[in-house]
This record gives sequence, structure tokens and C-alpha cells, in this order.
Amino acid sequence: MQPINKMKIQFDSKSANEAFARVVVSAFASQLDPTLEELAELKTAVSEAVTNSIIHGYEQMEGIIYMECRLFPESIEVIVRDEGVGIEDIEKARTPTYTSKPELERSGMGFSVMESFMDTLEIQSKVGKGTAIIMTKKFSQQKDRSFSSER
Amino acid sequence: MVISTKQEKNVLTVFLKGELDHHSASRVKDAIDMEILKSSVRLLILDMTDVTFMDSSGIGLIVGRYHRIKSLGGKMQIANPNASLLRILKMSGIEKLMKIS
Repeated sequence: MQPINKMKIQFDSKSANEAFARVVVSAFASQLDPTLEELAELKTAVSEAVTNSIIHGYEQMEGIIYMECRLFPESIEVIVRDEGVGIEDIEKARTPTYTSKPELERSGMGFSVMESFMDTLEIQSKVGKGTAIIMTKKFSQQKDRSFSSER
Repeated sequence: MVISTKQEKNVLTVFLKGELDHHSASRVKDAIDMEILKSSVRLLILDMTDVTFMDSSGIGLIVGRYHRIKSLGGKMQIANPNASLLRILKMSGIEKLMKIS
């Protein structure tokens, strides 16, 4: 299926850009008129993915994070990608409360949050090459469209 | 993130305002740990009335402070999280460690 709109950005792996990425995704997704709850879930999932790239992918060193979004009539696909160290054991990384960095007070809940707040989650990773998180979210279509189309 | 604190006897209340993510969590951590060192705290209350966003970095921060205060013989509570914060808090099982009101 062809997307109805798409965008691509890249930014430095700095923690200040976690909020930036959330705002960008939220602004782009707003075209589909999602509910506030759906937007909050999307922002949280994106925040987790970008934070993972910064802390784990680039191990808090310099790097570039790539974010791509595709809009479909009733859903959004978000890809967050880094060219960092990659994940050795994806199944282990997905285990709730498992963290490879307990010394940084990480909760190990990142992937669990992404899984539960989005509809699909795919992790592609290669050690030494990087990681891509591909996630999609459907938006409920039970809103009053006649009202929203007047904007 | 704006952090303010209030201490009454040995109850320390920390008021957070803004978005709690990995970026802001380290400042919150330092601020709380400094207050805990300054005086004896028996109860740490994290007031989240004005926290508009939180991801799993917030969970890491809360659990970290919980272990810290517990090792000093104190307790911790979370106050006034909004609905989406509450969802993440519950997902993490934090309500088994401390009271959320």
C-alpha cells in the first residue's frame, strides 16, 4: 500500500533530541487526527526507540539517528535507525525488565512499552552495523469526521 | 524539567514539572540524591501533578530512588500521576514497591 504522506529526518544522538523526536512524530501524525491517548502512546514508543539508540546503539557517544515516518489512511509506520553497536541477542533485549545497563538505572522496559503502545514492532539488528526499529500504530476511526474536516 | 523540593521534618516532597525522559532523568536523580544526603529522609514523595510525559527512563529513575531511600531505612510514594503515566507505572509493577495516590 502506498503511503499518503512520508517524511525523513536525521539528528545527532543527543539526549535533548528525545523530546525533539517526540514532537516531530506527534506533529506529523496529527494529520490523521488521532486521539490524545493515541498520540501519547506514539510519543512514548518513539521516545523509547530514540533513547535506546542513544544509550545502547551509540553508547552515549556521537552518532546519527535516522527517523522515517509513513502515513497511511488509518495508521502510521515509524522507523528509528542507528548505525551503532547493534544488539547481540534480540530475544534477551526484548525480555521485560532485562537491561544490559543496570548501572545507568535503566528499567529494561523499553521494548515492552513499545510493544504495548504500538500495534506491531519489528527489530532488525546486526552487531557492529546498527539497529532499526520498525513499528506501526493504527488510529481509531470513530471520531466525528464531519467536524474534523471543517478545520 | 523544573524540580522543586519541600522538606517537612523527615518527609521530602519533590515536585516535578515538565517531561520526564532519559534527558531530564539525570538532573532529577542528582537533585533528589543531594536532598537525601543533606538531611535524614524517612519518606520521599514524588509529586507528579505537573509531569506531562514519562517514558521508561522515569521508571528507572523511580526504582533507583526507591532502592536508595530503602537502603537508608525510608519509604517512597508517588503522588498524582496522570492516566498515561499511571499506565506505565502499572506496567512496571512499581505499585508493588510503593504507594501510588
